[in-house]
Formats: sequence, structure tokens, C-alpha cells
Amino acid sequence: MTKIWQFALFLWLTVVIILAFLWAPLAEGLGEYTRIIYFHVPAAWLTVLSFLLGAIYSIIYIKKREIKFDLYAESASQIGLVFCLLATVTGSIWAKVSWGSFWNWDPRETSIFILLLIYAAYFALRSAIEQEERKAALAAVYSLFAFVSVPFFVFIVPRIYSSLHPDPIVNPEGRINMDSKMLTTFISSLFGFTLFFIWIFKRKIDLIGLKLNLKKMEL
Amino acid sequence: MQLVLKAWFIFQKDLKQEFKTRYSINAILLFAIVTLVTVSFSIGTFAASAEIKSSLLWIILFFAAMSGLAHIFVREEEKHTADTLKLVAQPMSIFLGKFLFNFILLIVLEIITLPLFFAVMNFSVEGVTVLLSVLLIGSIGLSAGATMIAAIIAKASAKGALFTVLSFPILLPVLIAGISGTKIAVYESTFKAAGAELQMLFAYAVVVITAALLLFDFVWKE
Amino acid sequence: MKYDMQIIVRSLGKNFGAQKVFKNLNFELSDGQSLAITGPNGSGKTTLVRILCTLIRPSEGAVQYYDNGSVIKLEDVYSYIGLVGPYLELYEELTALENLRFFARMRGIKDAFNRSMNLLQRLGLDGRGDDPVKNYSSGMRQRLKYVFALLHEPHVLILDEPTSNLDVQGVNTVYGIMTEQKKDKILILATNDQADVKYGDQQIAVGP
Repeated sequence: MTKIWQFALFLWLTVVIILAFLWAPLAEGLGEYTRIIYFHVPAAWLTVLSFLLGAIYSIIYIKKREIKFDLYAESASQIGLVFCLLATVTGSIWAKVSWGSFWNWDPRETSIFILLLIYAAYFALRSAIEQEERKAALAAVYSLFAFVSVPFFVFIVPRIYSSLHPDPIVNPEGRINMDSKMLTTFISSLFGFTLFFIWIFKRKIDLIGLKLNLKKMEL
Repeated sequence: MQLVLKAWFIFQKDLKQEFKTRYSINAILLFAIVTLVTVSFSIGTFAASAEIKSSLLWIILFFAAMSGLAHIFVREEEKHTADTLKLVAQPMSIFLGKFLFNFILLIVLEIITLPLFFAVMNFSVEGVTVLLSVLLIGSIGLSAGATMIAAIIAKASAKGALFTVLSFPILLPVLIAGISGTKIAVYESTFKAAGAELQMLFAYAVVVITAALLLFDFVWKE
Repeated sequence: MKYDMQIIVRSLGKNFGAQKVFKNLNFELSDGQSLAITGPNGSGKTTLVRILCTLIRPSEGAVQYYDNGSVIKLEDVYSYIGLVGPYLELYEELTALENLRFFARMRGIKDAFNRSMNLLQRLGLDGRGDDPVKNYSSGMRQRLKYVFALLHEPHVLILDEPTSNLDVQGVNTVYGIMTEQKKDKILILATNDQADVKYGDQQIAVGP
């Protein structure tokens, strides 16, 4: 990534922040707290993206058995963990403002919390194994095993809850009709943060490449 | 079907060992009873709702499972019989055999704990068959997932805590659907009422067993 | 069962992370041949043995097993092998016969009871078949491991530290077993013991 692109990315994100705080209008009822949407949703999106990427690299590692793929999966998960924490916290603040309490166990909140648990478990597993190859293989398997159970939270559990709880728990993202200024800011933020993710991930990959080269020279 | 036959032999071997040592059954039974007694004692004469009692039942079952279902793999690693087993069987047979063992263990736990729970907690349900179905299908998924995780942590250090940490997010759908299904069984006696839950538990069992069968090779082989 | 087996090892290497255990090992074995793997303690003899048994995967190169010229799939190799080693244990809570019965069923061995009794006798364990293995001394366990390894008349017998924990009688029995095996089948042993090494027609040294 040349310096120009890097600079452009930072400029983009700065503009997004300015738009979010100064330009986009406020939604009724939420007041200043509307601004959370521009950061909470991208964070949640990046968590999911990281999770997906982690699963993909886990499959690749299992097929090819080259340690770098395991390290890529680990990197994706590290980034995912950070954004998951951010998403959980910002989501919780939003929940407090919208519905009155920090945590409701609404399906979306539950999903993000489960992802947090999965990330934490993944790293707990990695730190409990010394041997590199074993660590990589077991972490990859857990990653994939967790991946298949996640759809149950995202798609199926809400069906159960809707059958149990008749009172509608309004899903924040359900609000599709956004003012055009809000929409612009929102999409820009989503786009900018995705690029940010790609940038961080690429830096981590480069770092892994350097570390592996160093190891090879030592051998 | 050589594979299944060998799995059956492995199951019988594990069963024989269990008869001689009674290690796993003691662990999970003791845990379940202690928890049940504690819960009942602390609730006392207070009338807990059906919702709470449903949750408590599954909490007891889940954590009892956590205290005993990993043994089947951990023991093989600790006693250095894992390699011996590798020399006589393919990974698939090993997984199936141990999955069956854990499933039976869980069922035995439920057979003993459930009546006690009904009695001690003054718990009654309209739909007994609904409840039993929820428990049965839920146990399939629960034991399949737990067996897989047990195989994973058997090769790590700090096995006890790690087993629960890894299992919880993965087994949570079973807990959610199980508790929900149990609550429904308190009031309803038709299968239709708990339809969503039963379907989900069944789907979960299928998905987890399939994933485990596909991935077990990579856990077991070095 | 008519076998005509071959083991071919090419450019075999193993690393554990950054630690290199060995590299570029090459050898071939056919029926009627034997190999002694030598090297100081911790040099990787056991690692090599475990790769040959398909218990672990090599980092580079490959081990190929052939029967009558055609390749045997790696996941099926285990059924041709009998292994004795210090890291291999039997099920302590079960009796020797219960252990053997389990292994016999897994291997699909006919007439398992008689075979078990004969082998127990040959290894000097007759009368101890109904004792739980946890009551066995280390010498007895070593002998029982031989019974386990020989139960299915393996075409490839692999012995890691063949005479450890054995008294003179045990050692002689093992020498008899090794001689018999290398007559028309394949024998591999890993050892530091100079007296054992000569049972390998070929020798390979592992280590720095």
C-alpha cells in the first residue's frame, strides 16, 4: 500500500467522522445518540467479516498445512475480537438509549455476545497448546466447528424467540428508511471501515511474512 | 459397515472401563445432585416459576455434562493409550464409539436426575412426551458437540476449564431450544407447540454430527 | 494372507516448529529385510518410528508402503503394523485378556482366544491373563506389549527399545521373535543397545 492510498484512507475516515458528527441529521427520539449507528454497524459488520475470513483461512490451512494460513486466521480473529468488543459496547450504549437498559438478550445482542465468546474461546485454546502445528490444526478445527453453529443464532433462534415473546423488540437495523444524508454518511462509514480493515489485515500479513522469513533464515 | 462395527467395539471397551472405575458416571452424577440440592435448598419454600425451573434443569444438565464428558478422550491421552487406539482403528470409528458412550452417559444422567428434579423442585409438566423428546434430541446434539470439543482439548493443557469455555458457545443453541422446549412442555402436551424447538434441535444435531465427522480426522491425526 | 511388502522412504524430514529433528533420510525395505535405527537419546529415533507407523506426519518427503507393487493408502497402513514402544500403553483397568479380546475384535482376528493364550505363554505371562494390567510390573507390561503387537501376525514389526525392562529370559524371547520376523517379513528396531543393533541388516543413524 503506497503512502498515497494510506493517506487517502485516513482522509476518508476523517471525513466520515466529521460527517457523522456535524453533517448528518439526527433521528427523532435518539438525539445525539443517532451518531452511534455510523460506528456500531460497521464494527458489527467487521466482526462478521473477520469471522468469515478466519473460517476461510482455517479451511485453507487444513488443506495446505502451511503455517502462514493459520497465522492469517489468527490475525483475522484478533482484529475480529477488537471490533467485536467495540460492537458490543456501542450496541449496549445504543440499547440503553433506545430501550432503557444496557442489555436485553435480544437476538442481535445475543449473537454478538456469542461471537465474543467464540473469539475468546479460540484464543484460550491457542494459548493452551505449545506445539505450533498442533495449535494450528486444533484452532482451525474449532474455528470451523464454531462457524457451523453460528447460523443457529443468527437465523433460527430469533424464530424461537418470536414465538415466545409476542411483544416486538424493535431491531435497530430494521429502520430502512433513512434520510439521504444519513444514508450517505452510513454507507461512507461502512465503506471506509471496510477499507480500514483491509489495510490493517494487509499490514498483519506483511508482518507475518517477515517473521516467517526470519525464521527460515535462522533454520 | 466395518466402521460402525469397530465403533461398537470401542464403545463396549469404554463401557467396560467405566464399569470398573465408574469415574465419569460418579463425576457427573455427583455434580448434578449437589447442584440440585443447592438449588432446591436456596430456593426453599419460594415458588419459582416454570420458566426458572426449566432453565435450572438445563443448567444442571449442561454443567454436569461439562464435568464428565471430556474424560473419554482426556483419559486416552493421559494414560498414553491414544496411540494404541490409533493402531487398531480409523478416526471415524473412534469418534462414533466415543460419541455413543457420551450419549449413553448423558441419558443415564437424565434418567436419574429428571425424577429427582421433578420431586425435589416440585416440577410438573403437561406434556411429558414433549419434554422427553426435547431432552432426547437435545442430548444427541449436546453429546456430539461435547465429544468433538473433548477430542480437541484432550491435546491441550489446562483441560478442565478449557472444556467449558470452548463448549459453551457451541452448545448454546441446544440450551436455548432445550429450555424453551421445556417451558412449553410445562403448559402444552402437543408436539406442534414445541415444533420450532424440536426442529431446531434436530437440525442442530444433524449439522454438528456432520461437521464432527468431517473435521474429526484433523483433530485426531497429527 | 500372501503379502509382498515394501517400504520406501524418500527425503524424509521432520521439524517441530523451529526445531529440526532430522532431514533427508532415505531407505528401502522389502520382505526378509530388517532395519536398525540408532542414535543418542532424544535424537529423533522415536519420531522416525512414529512417522513410519503413520502416527505423525512428516514435514518433508514421504513414506510409502507397497503391497504386491501397489501403494497402500496411508490411512490403511496401521493394519499391517505391530508396534512395541515405551510410549504405548494398554488399558490398565482391564485385564490382559480383556485388552487382547478388544484388540482382536478390532483387528478381525479369528480364533483370538487361542492365539492370545499361546502368545501369553510364549512371552512368559501364562496364568496372568486375568490380572488387570495395572497390577503388572514394568517387565510384564513390556512382554504384554509384545503380545499386543504380535496378535495379528503383523507383516511389519516395529520395536522401539525392544529389550527395555526385560530380564535375560525376556531378552532371549525377543531375540527369537526378531529372528523369526526378519526371515520373511519386515523388522524395524530403534535402539541404543549394541547387542540389539545387529538384528538390523541395514542401519540408519538419526541425530545431529
